[in-house]
Amino acid sequence: MSDTPDKTSPSFEMVRTLGLVSVICGIIIVGVYQFTLPAVNANKKLALERQVFKVLPQAKSVVPYFATGSGIVAAAGQDLPPAGAVMFYAVYDAADRLAGIAAEASSSGYADQVRILYAYDVDKQAITGIGVIAMRETPGIGDKILTDQAFLQNFAALDVRLSADLQSLANAVKTVKHGTKTSPWQIDAIAGATVTSKAVGRGINESAQKLLPRLWPHLDQLRKPS
Amino acid sequence: MSAPTSFDEFLDGLWRQNPIFVMVLGMCPTLAVTVSAVNAISMGLATTFVLGTSCLLVSLLRHSIPKQVRIASYIVIIATFVTVVDYAIQAISLDLYEALGAYIKLIVANCILLGRAEAHAAKNPPLPATLNAIGMGLGFTLGLLAIGCVREMLGAGKLFGISLFGAHFQPWVVMVLPPGGFFVLAFWLILFAAFRHINGRRNAQLGEVQS
Repeated sequence: MSDTPDKTSPSFEMVRTLGLVSVICGIIIVGVYQFTLPAVNANKKLALERQVFKVLPQAKSVVPYFATGSGIVAAAGQDLPPAGAVMFYAVYDAADRLAGIAAEASSSGYADQVRILYAYDVDKQAITGIGVIAMRETPGIGDKILTDQAFLQNFAALDVRLSADLQSLANAVKTVKHGTKTSPWQIDAIAGATVTSKAVGRGINESAQKLLPRLWPHLDQLRKPS
Repeated sequence: MSAPTSFDEFLDGLWRQNPIFVMVLGMCPTLAVTVSAVNAISMGLATTFVLGTSCLLVSLLRHSIPKQVRIASYIVIIATFVTVVDYAIQAISLDLYEALGAYIKLIVANCILLGRAEAHAAKNPPLPATLNAIGMGLGFTLGLLAIGCVREMLGAGKLFGISLFGAHFQPWVVMVLPPGGFFVLAFWLILFAAFRHINGRRNAQLGEVQS
């Protein structure tokens, strides 16, 4: 190889070619990224708003926030979330009043992570609606969590009241066997889709236990002066 | 290159060497994303775009790529255009992006692409290379669509999202689950094999008559 009397050595040629290919490809990727970025961001914002409007029909605008151990900060203008922060969305109605809080919950279901968005009503201290962001549950079985009216009735007002010391929920949200719901913080599972129902309950519990104690002392910060 | 030859290049992938039904390549997206006709078309067109553009670039660079680093160069080129498609689909529709999931990125591992670059584009001028690649891509799209239509019709009672059989239809859930993909693919492969078998026999008979 290297003892051939070529003017350009094969190694040099290989490095040159790979370099050339990388440069061409790099330029193409950066160009397309810059070109599509505004459309991608607009799509993401639209998709989020559509999700939020589904769980809080009176919503008019959505503002993302981070809840950290020491308070809440607006997410706008921050590239990376502060360490350990929980993201949530403050949702305002047409009159610019705080209509509710929307946040994401996720837990593993039958096939993959079940990611849902839930609406938290500040006055009732209850969860008042859920919508699915992404799931790969079995069609016709697990996806009943979106269509089963009896199941959705659980989220008319699911109690997530904080305990007296404001450190956790007074009662953990729990999915119970179909037909055995007795308290407003329990979720009546769908018969035949228990795994997915439980994933919803577990996800909401984990998310609410973490978010609500951090959020509650700072709610006034979210209410815009009227 | 004369026009008929170029057209031949194009038809090759579309029919005679159809990547799905004849060569049985690229089975991963074939089985995974064909739950609906729209998904199938999108996946097929995304793959066609990557095939066409990467084969064009490979063909343009074919004299300057040393053979020791050709695979590395092809993969970098293919990965570039997969990234381009990934951004483009995100910009067009996030719903579609969610539906196709990881399989957009996995186009890079689709053996049809490296196969075309290595077996055809690296040895041919840009025009026939691109035509052949686009023909292959459209053949792939056709195959995906054939599977996607059947699965959507039986699994959801719809075609392109439009309800076909009315409210009394009970969807065959198995068709939108992974096993459904295998069933429908097998059905089409049997059909194509039978077709080729009959065709081959008829040609043989014709040959005998003529001789």
